[in-house]
Amino acid sequence: MNNHLRDLRGKRGWSQQELAERLEVSRQSVNAIETGRYDPSLPLAFKIAELFGLAIEQVFTSPSKNP
Amino acid sequence: MPATPALRRYNKRVLISCAAYGFSLVGGISYFNNHPGAHGPTAYLAALIPALAIIGVFVAVGRYLVEERDEYLRMLMVRQTLVATAFALSLATLWGFLNSFDLAPRIDSYYVAVVWFAGLGVGSCVNALIERRAR
Repeated sequence: MNNHLRDLRGKRGWSQQELAERLEVSRQSVNAIETGRYDPSLPLAFKIAELFGLAIEQVFTSPSKNP
Repeated sequence: MPATPALRRYNKRVLISCAAYGFSLVGGISYFNNHPGAHGPTAYLAALIPALAIIGVFVAVGRYLVEERDEYLRMLMVRQTLVATAFALSLATLWGFLNSFDLAPRIDSYYVAVVWFAGLGVGSCVNALIERRAR
């Protein structure tokens, strides 16, 4: 599943480690999500969207719209 | 993997189980050397305590999967243990059939646990390969 996490993080000037600390996950998790190696659970996806003050579909791209 | 609190507890439990295994195995061997042909409750206890220590490692893996709050790291451990399980069951099945047709010697069944631990190493390599290919 594609996402805009790297861009959103970059706009805030956060490192992967800083974002990981805000999300209470490991830096490896952030890296895996950013690079599309891991699709987060719904609760974590909501947590990410809420951290950036966005709707979930503004962070993650629906696979059916962008296969 | 980063040292999360759950991983630190896992490492501690594995170390305790391994130490318990080492001590109980030495104790068990010593007991049976001093009591050849023993069959009473103490003999069963001496034989089973090392096994319980190994089971402690399986419990530690299970507790880690329950306690790890980082879902990505949890997924990596799930994949690692699945690879280990497939590895150990496959080798046990292959060996079992070879043994049935007298093509391989009989070996003690607790070696399945040893092979499973080796399978954790294989699982770790599989994780590393999958992660590298995805980059």
